[in-house]
Formats: sequence, structure tokens, C-alpha cells
Amino acid sequence: MKVGVIVFPGSNCDRDLADAFRKAGADVTMVWHKDTTLPVGLDAIGIPGGFSFGDYLRCGAIAAQSPICRAVVDFANRGGFVIGICNGFQVLCETGLLPGVLMRNAGLKFICRAEGLRVETTDSPFTSAYSKGDEVTIPIAHHDGNYSAEADLVARLKGEDRVAFSYLDNPNGSAGDIAGVLSENRRVLGMMPHPERAVDSAQGNTDGAAVFTSLVGAMATA
Amino acid sequence: MKARVHVMLKNGVLDPQGEAVRHALGALGFAGVDGVRQGKVIELDLAETEKDKAEAAVRDMCEKLLANTVIESYTVELS
Repeated sequence: MKVGVIVFPGSNCDRDLADAFRKAGADVTMVWHKDTTLPVGLDAIGIPGGFSFGDYLRCGAIAAQSPICRAVVDFANRGGFVIGICNGFQVLCETGLLPGVLMRNAGLKFICRAEGLRVETTDSPFTSAYSKGDEVTIPIAHHDGNYSAEADLVARLKGEDRVAFSYLDNPNGSAGDIAGVLSENRRVLGMMPHPERAVDSAQGNTDGAAVFTSLVGAMATA
Repeated sequence: MKARVHVMLKNGVLDPQGEAVRHALGALGFAGVDGVRQGKVIELDLAETEKDKAEAAVRDMCEKLLANTVIESYTVELS
């Protein structure tokens, strides 16, 4: 199982993400944003958190137009697994692989704390190792995590069982309490909380580990 | 020619930064500010000299990068 973790200037969760994948049993290759092609034989791609390109213009907007992101979009359109966390979620929304957009937190403050989430579906390669309705604690750390989508889009996402995680106590104003959303083919996940910061007892919390073990399991059977 | 692009949040999209500015103006004693919307101005220096072509190119830039049309609208002025 081979995973590529994309590194942009300003990414700062790339090594944590790589470690979380390795801990779940994947081989990880770091991929620089200026590359125009992905390493051969990738099963999944991780887009890490951080502040790619300094959040210039809009969070994730410049990264979404970088050479490697064209390859990521092609990879996703061929049915590849892609997970974007925090800034990675913002990048995926800007590429159009995921619907909606992340706006400034409703309270205008950067929020960095452990947040309670509910696992809304186990019908995805990222959540199959959880049980539906599980309540987990995953750290959040963002200024622009307010998931914004029109009411009919929120209803459609819920109707199609594409909300992977929701907030128990909405910290940022996100529509429908949405913390993580799946693509139509369920193989692309974007989420604001950081599961890679909750995979080892040394981090004080292992509630996020199942995201990575789910995905590695899905890659093994894909 | 030069282009000036105004990017604003669409009507109906809550603008928490604009709201914060409105509250701050009230705190400074500026009464009667009923609403504040905050946006961006982007100035472009273009090699193109034909107005129609320049406008078409800038609109394409807005659609692809300068604005996120899910939540933002834009206007283009050329001079």
C-alpha cells in the first residue's frame, strides 16, 4: 500500500500525516508541489494541513492550481483514494473535487483544541473501522473551518450519506455541523479536524487512528 | 491596459469580518452604520490592448482563480 503525501510551501502537518500512514502500515512517499506527475503505483494521496502559499488570495486557492494538483484531480477522477485534512480540505474544495467552501470561523477566532465529533457513516474507505454513531475526540486547529454550503447542498450531502463526521458542539459555524465530507464516489474525504494528531498514545489520544487503518484496509482489498 | 477586479461575498453569504468591522465602528461612536461588507480589489496590468479580449481574459481569470464563485461575485473594470 503506497501513499503519496503532497508537500506545499507552508504545509506543516505533512510529516505527522506521513507518520500516521506509516503507523497504519502504508509505505509513504513525499511529493513536492512542483512535480507534474505522481509517483508510479500510488494507492492513495494525503493532502496535509498547514498554510499552503501563506493562505494568499483564499485558503487553498493557489495550491489547488499547482502542477501536482492537476495530477491529484486526475488521480481522483480515475477513482483513487484522496484524503485532505484541514488546509488539505480547503485545497480539495478549491479544486472542485469536493463541494462547498471553507470560510472564516463564525466567531472570527483561530480555534485550537480537542473537539468532539460523531462518525456519521461507516460506508467509506476512511471510516469503515469505526462504528456508526461513535463519538470521538479529534483536535482542530483552524481559522477558516466554517463549512459553507447552500441548504439544498447540505440536504443532498446528508441524503446521500456523504457527511463522514459532524461536530457535537459546532465550534466554527459550519453548515449542518459538517466536519468532514465525502465525494460522490465516496473515495475523496475532506475534513477540518486532524486525525493524524490522534494516532499514538504519546499524543494522549488515539481516536483518529481508525481513519488510517480504515484506508489501509480499503487499499489492501481494492 | 489595466484591469481592476472587485471580489465580494455574494448577497446572502454571511460576512463575519464585515460584521466585526460594523461592531468596531459602533464602538468608536459612528452611529447609523447598518451594514458592512468586506471584499477584495485586485489590480492587473495587462499586455492586451483590445478591451473586449482583455475583459474576456480577466473574466476567465476570475472564474478559474481570482474568485470562488460558490460564495463570491466579481466585477471587472478596464481602463
